[in-house]
Amino acid sequence: MHEELVRMENIVKTFPGVLALSNARFDLIAGEVHALMGENGAGKSTLMKILAGIYSKDSGAITYLGKPTDIPNPRAAQHLGISIVHQELNLMNHLSAAQNMFIGREPRRAMGALVDEKKLNEQAQEYFDLLNLGLDPRVRIGDLTVAKQQMVEIAKALSFKSRVLIMDEPTASLTTSEIEELFRIIRGLKAQGVGIVYISHKMDELKQISDRVTVMRDGQYVGTVPTAETSMETIIKMMVGRTLFETARNAEAEVAGEVYLDVRHLNCGRAVRDVSFTARRGEILGFAGLMGAGRTEVARAVFGADPVDSGEIWVKGARVSITQPKHAVAAGIGYLSEDRKRFGLALGLGLGTNTVLASLSRFRAALGWMRDGAMRAVAEQNVRTLAIKTPSISQKVQFLSGGNQQKVVIAKWLNRDCEVLIFDEPTRGIDIGAKQEIYKLLNDLAQEGKVIIMISSELPEILRMSHRILVMCEGRITGELKGAEATQEKIMFYATLRETMVAGHGDKNH
Amino acid sequence: MAGTTTQSRGGLLAAALVSPDTRRKFLAFASLILIVVIFSIASPNFFQTSNLLSILLATAVNGVLAIACTFIIITGGIDLSVGTLMTFCAVISGVFITFWGMPLWVGVLMAPVTGMLCGLTTGTFVAKLKIPPFIATLGMMMVTKGLSMVISGTKPIYFTNTPAFSSISMDSMVGSVLPKVPMPNAVLILLALAVLASVVLNKTLLGRYCFALGSNEEAVRLSGVNVDRWKIAIYALGGSICGLAGLIIASRLNSAQPALGQGYELDAIAAVVIGGTSLSGGEGTILGTIIGAFIISTLTNGLRIMSVPQEWQTVVTGVIIIIAVYLDILRRRKPRTSPVPAALPPAEAVKA
Repeated sequence: MHEELVRMENIVKTFPGVLALSNARFDLIAGEVHALMGENGAGKSTLMKILAGIYSKDSGAITYLGKPTDIPNPRAAQHLGISIVHQELNLMNHLSAAQNMFIGREPRRAMGALVDEKKLNEQAQEYFDLLNLGLDPRVRIGDLTVAKQQMVEIAKALSFKSRVLIMDEPTASLTTSEIEELFRIIRGLKAQGVGIVYISHKMDELKQISDRVTVMRDGQYVGTVPTAETSMETIIKMMVGRTLFETARNAEAEVAGEVYLDVRHLNCGRAVRDVSFTARRGEILGFAGLMGAGRTEVARAVFGADPVDSGEIWVKGARVSITQPKHAVAAGIGYLSEDRKRFGLALGLGLGTNTVLASLSRFRAALGWMRDGAMRAVAEQNVRTLAIKTPSISQKVQFLSGGNQQKVVIAKWLNRDCEVLIFDEPTRGIDIGAKQEIYKLLNDLAQEGKVIIMISSELPEILRMSHRILVMCEGRITGELKGAEATQEKIMFYATLRETMVAGHGDKNH
Repeated sequence: MAGTTTQSRGGLLAAALVSPDTRRKFLAFASLILIVVIFSIASPNFFQTSNLLSILLATAVNGVLAIACTFIIITGGIDLSVGTLMTFCAVISGVFITFWGMPLWVGVLMAPVTGMLCGLTTGTFVAKLKIPPFIATLGMMMVTKGLSMVISGTKPIYFTNTPAFSSISMDSMVGSVLPKVPMPNAVLILLALAVLASVVLNKTLLGRYCFALGSNEEAVRLSGVNVDRWKIAIYALGGSICGLAGLIIASRLNSAQPALGQGYELDAIAAVVIGGTSLSGGEGTILGTIIGAFIISTLTNGLRIMSVPQEWQTVVTGVIIIIAVYLDILRRRKPRTSPVPAALPPAEAVKA
């Protein structure tokens, strides 16, 4: 049972201009869940992509089942029995679940001329049954929820008879019950002797599911510890290489600023029902609730991204009509989507260009000529004030870490002179060290007199940051809590309106 | 998409032609019927056997080229070379048959073979050298156009010594069985090719990879599939279909006209787009493409019968393309109006 599956030693990998891995190492034993942790940019994904044959290493040794092994491409990895479920799912949305699973390995009939669709679906069904998924193999994968798509990816990995299964942030977009389902599957695989590499930022999950934790920092191996005997604090210390300072909760501070934003009786289909709230200058207003409670929809409605059925929005005591995002921006409202890469950034453009993207007209000289110097100056200043880590302002945003990308989006809206900033899951996919910086930034912005609205599914984050908390459930605001009186239990009560459900979520301590 | 399990041969063909999202096709098909009805009312000369046959014949070449384009466009690519490649293949046939006096079958075979080789070349540029399909096929368009001129000495090559050549397109196998419907073979070739192409697209690996590449090429690559090889194969298939179109048109004109060809690619792409194939790749059907090709040729024919000047026919076609694509966009937008995931808390939570 304690057979060693994988041993990676002295792995070095460079990308143009970046040393991604130096002296990285990792080992995996059959039947264990081995968590791989580290801040974003620590090199976890890179190391695992080398194991999965997606990247090639510059130097170092990989031993697989006791033999020195070369893994030149994904196909080789699959043949060896190494599969990876990517963080950003790699699926062909137009194809069916079964077609996705067996792409490149389709069973044939009629002497190999035709794809045997029937057998294909039967094979897929076998694995779905094995995992207890109530899924039709013929369903279009694009029509499934992310959770189901992920299950299909896992089924695909299993169909390779994988001995090693790498999961990169598998729970990033799953609900609590879906995570339970995933864990059930992982435990089943473990029992069959599959070695699982589990990359995640969520501390509480690691405690639940992993046997050992390997921590990486700046592309280097820091250490491997047994999960059960190690405290969270130790692991965090290993990750960041320093003790994190805990800022005091904002709850105690009183906010005396004027009411800047006043939303009255907002309705938008089933997702937003009679939502009213106000937000003051200098205030951080938290929106809590379960996934699908309608928080994002409220933000999008206020921002004019979705048409509303009814309701009024008042800014600085005057009623404004917001039917399109440009109206909201003109009223000084900025929205920072949870999906930065899709809605917040032009990934292929430079950092500098991104920071001024929403305010280009400010830099327009005669004849539509752009004042590059002024744009650079503003971008340089953003980099300094927000402490964005980047080699230069011309660095393409796609090469920045999640935390720094988030700062670029913040810079973009600050340059647009927004007074109200709506943050939707501001620290999603951001590592712990960078989270602290984002929190500090939010506090600074509030102290400058901005209105900060923060939507977050992480209760500790909501509790720590918010002066006031609004809780939503099924499109309605079900409760309002002062920061000082709020607890996780109270929030969950309003988020579900059923005290029996509180117990199920109460253990989400970080 | 794979929602059909095939019970019988007939089921297989029907499924191949009709299955993928029949409802979407209904729109295009309904428009075609509407156009036919309008023209039939507007002009008594329209709904005559001879006129309908001439519409069919007029569709043959564009239809075949559009089928070639459909494969490429489903992969998320584009092929601008189909028109001039068709001509180039016809010229090569002419060279073999008329210039060198080779047997007819050799010349006939050379058309699709030439097309395949050109497709292989384009595909290699796209897959291996990572040249965007737009540029690679634009280059191939100009190269084949120029080569046709050079080889033929800018003069048409006539097939007068081989009368059998013109029978490829213009004889009527159907007419010999049903004398009242003298449908030229060119149309028969189009329909046979359409059925075959549907089977290839929906039932074979090559077809599967067309959709897969258009949907998410990176995912296919990460699945360990030899993406380059399949891409080249798909372009080669497209090329050989263009060769077939070259045969049809040369046989119909009984000559290879080196100046012909440019502009055909846009008609072909228009037919594909009207037929509901997405230019961003991942979806599309042969049936839709055929209907699209018929919509274009029916419009052209009907407007001509009603004595609408040529210039205005072009304007109308342009407007139709834009309307067709807009309707398609509207259709796609619908399911996205409810972006809320099905992750709402259990229903009991509300009752409490």
